[in-house]
Amino acid sequence: MEELVNLFHGFAVALQPFNIMVMVVGIVLGVLIGVLPGLGGANGVAILLPLTFSMSPTSAIIMLSCIYWGALFGGAITSILFNIPGEPWSVATTFDGYPMAQKGKAGEALTAAFTSSFVGALFAVVMITLVAPLVASFALQFGPAEKFAVYFLAFCSFVGLSKEPPFKTIAAMMIGFALAAVGLDSITGQLRLTFGMTHLLNGFDFLIAVIGLFGIGEILLTMEEGLAFRGGNAKINLRVVLQTWKELPAYWITSLRSCLIGCWMGVTPAGATPASFMSYGIAKRVAKKGNNFGKGEIEGVVAPETAAHAAGTAALLPMLSLGVPGSPTAAVLLGGLLIWGLQPGPMLFVEQKEFVWGLIASMYLGNIVGLLVVLTCVPVFAAILRVPFSIIAPLILVLCAIGAYSVHSSTFDVVLMLVFGVIGYLLKKANYPLAPLVLAIVLGDKAEEAFRQSLLGSQGSLGIFFSNTLVSSIMVLGLIALFWSAIQQGYTRLRGATA
Amino acid sequence: MKHAAHTALGALAAICALGMSAPAIAAWEPVRPVEFIVPAGTGGGADQMARTIQGIVTKHNLMKQPLVVINKSGGAGGEGFLDVKSSGGNPHKIIITLSNLFTTPLATGIPFSWKDLTPVAMLALDEFVLWVNAEKPYKTAKEYIEAVKAAPAGSMKMGGTGSKQEDQIITVAVEKATGSKFTYIPYKGGGEVAVQLVGNHVDSTVNNPIEAVAQWRGGKLRPLCVFDAQPMAYDEQIADGKSWKDIPTCKSQGLDMEYVMLRGIFMSPRATKDQIEYYVELFKKVRATPEWQDFMKSGAFNTTFLTGADYAKWLETEDKRHQTLMKDAGFLAAAGN
Repeated sequence: MEELVNLFHGFAVALQPFNIMVMVVGIVLGVLIGVLPGLGGANGVAILLPLTFSMSPTSAIIMLSCIYWGALFGGAITSILFNIPGEPWSVATTFDGYPMAQKGKAGEALTAAFTSSFVGALFAVVMITLVAPLVASFALQFGPAEKFAVYFLAFCSFVGLSKEPPFKTIAAMMIGFALAAVGLDSITGQLRLTFGMTHLLNGFDFLIAVIGLFGIGEILLTMEEGLAFRGGNAKINLRVVLQTWKELPAYWITSLRSCLIGCWMGVTPAGATPASFMSYGIAKRVAKKGNNFGKGEIEGVVAPETAAHAAGTAALLPMLSLGVPGSPTAAVLLGGLLIWGLQPGPMLFVEQKEFVWGLIASMYLGNIVGLLVVLTCVPVFAAILRVPFSIIAPLILVLCAIGAYSVHSSTFDVVLMLVFGVIGYLLKKANYPLAPLVLAIVLGDKAEEAFRQSLLGSQGSLGIFFSNTLVSSIMVLGLIALFWSAIQQGYTRLRGATA
Repeated sequence: MKHAAHTALGALAAICALGMSAPAIAAWEPVRPVEFIVPAGTGGGADQMARTIQGIVTKHNLMKQPLVVINKSGGAGGEGFLDVKSSGGNPHKIIITLSNLFTTPLATGIPFSWKDLTPVAMLALDEFVLWVNAEKPYKTAKEYIEAVKAAPAGSMKMGGTGSKQEDQIITVAVEKATGSKFTYIPYKGGGEVAVQLVGNHVDSTVNNPIEAVAQWRGGKLRPLCVFDAQPMAYDEQIADGKSWKDIPTCKSQGLDMEYVMLRGIFMSPRATKDQIEYYVELFKKVRATPEWQDFMKSGAFNTTFLTGADYAKWLETEDKRHQTLMKDAGFLAAAGN
């Protein structure tokens, strides 16, 4: 009950006129940042951080977290309209969102994405409100072995579900792992595969690869198909929002499952990217229309978006209560907390009640404001698809180039983006799936790091991955996901034999 | 004529002096935005300090041009150092350093040395403290080291930030000084290391004060000793009636190892005297603000401030010391290959 009293006190803080203004400004800035691929939430928050030093800490965190929500909402827009995910966790949204847009259902896809994001975030905030202390102690159980198990599960649920021949999926994933290995080996402190080139010191940034593989690759494909931009007949009035809302409750099981996956991944802190992939993979497996996934199924937008937002929101909990950021953006926010003189950690909830509950209340309000802002803009976004391709393609190209440049302020990255574009085009032509490649670039080095940390700790024994109930159960789940189709086949055969 | 020109110049200087509140007029000032390179990722110690400075400069209007923080963390910071090294003669680029200024070229063979850059000022020194989980029975460093020696070699785990960097250097030095053997496990960031210690996934850490203070206050961690020549200066109570000042030096505990980490500022090569002077004055003003002093206190920093020849001499000594430490630990790039 004390939590509820605190929360209402928090609402009183967040509802001050100045704070509401700050909230709306933050959301709008955030959506703009999210729409520009490459700029991303973390960069956006970092750039705007100094602006907030003259505000009170509570107003400042409300503004920054609203930029974060806005960027999360905005990331879905380019994924759906142009197949260009602006953030790692938007990749899974493109799988069904972009085909929907091509079928002329951009409005539906956007509405579904925004609404699911809102549901996921809301679920996570409610969880933060009610069980914050409990959840924080759960996060402490995650050492390197447990973290590796989670990444393992993400990879397995992805390989197992793929419709492409397993060979092609594995091949694409291996290319991704190889690319992820470039740069500094964080365990030995040695450089790997850089061939003495200073440009490669940082390895291949995920964003550059994705902007190239998806965005540029897609433009090349469309050019080949005769410059036609499919999806121009998208409905552009607000009725589409209401129609989609009528449809959405049918997917409540998927939503709930995605919320749970998202919260779990956000707290652990594996983050939003594995959450969105895992949620998409499981939904594809268990949904009635699972076979249609990848061809423009609305459920395929609901699952990753819900999970990504639940995870993105839940990631703030370990940051506040333990001082460990669950996402890059949370890391920048953490820096902000310290500058405002707030010490994240177990004592923050005790000593800085007004701040913590003001922030939590602003999560509720910020998401409502965000949903209203982006939903009213759905027709505008959908109308972009009516612009002729010959006009929009150069614009997208310029946006992609700016995005790629802004990641590290380096022109080399722009060249790299174009190279990835050609690779993406060729892989698509040869029917190799891009998603496993991207998944491996994003999670490859983290998985490797966790794996080697675990083995250092266990002095080389693989037994560490089955050393306690938590880690063994995640590993077993992963193995089941990996061999799911084999298990299913064996089961049907068994049934056939007995019948 | 000549005399008139002098008078005119003098009058001009007088007007300028009246217009300025500070007595010293910098002969050089930035004419476009200044890039503030951080050779580490977002959220780490150097990044926090750089963003604090950026905030202070903005809030107190200390510069006419904006100060823009840019993270270039690739290759253990090598990306950032190479960027500044290759920007010779560009006074609109400064860099904040951590110990990777010395360790990265030695461990990776990336071609640069601090002598390629122009030293501006030492802002502070970051302390290192030996931490254990508060549930563990060890009350002093001595007890802990005895326990490590008694356990099978390598079964006790030391968590730290990065590989072949300051945390691992200290770990190896502790092993040498006491004849013990740890398994060192590298993580990406200091905050993560502290939480791994709270979760009992490692047995001890050498976290900087700011990385672990929240967990100490929360009663989760216990500091055993500080790797400095004298105890820290801050006597404000933090947890269980103890302050930073009450943490004994490791040397007094029979653990003969001293290590502090540079938080210093460098410019690109070929900077002029006026340009260096401008930044020295800027950082003097930053240090005088209450925000900076709060920041120093929250991280229990050693606030030594050095410039010019003193700073260069300090760097020279530390560079030699790191070469010896890295060589003894077997961390040199040539030895690793």
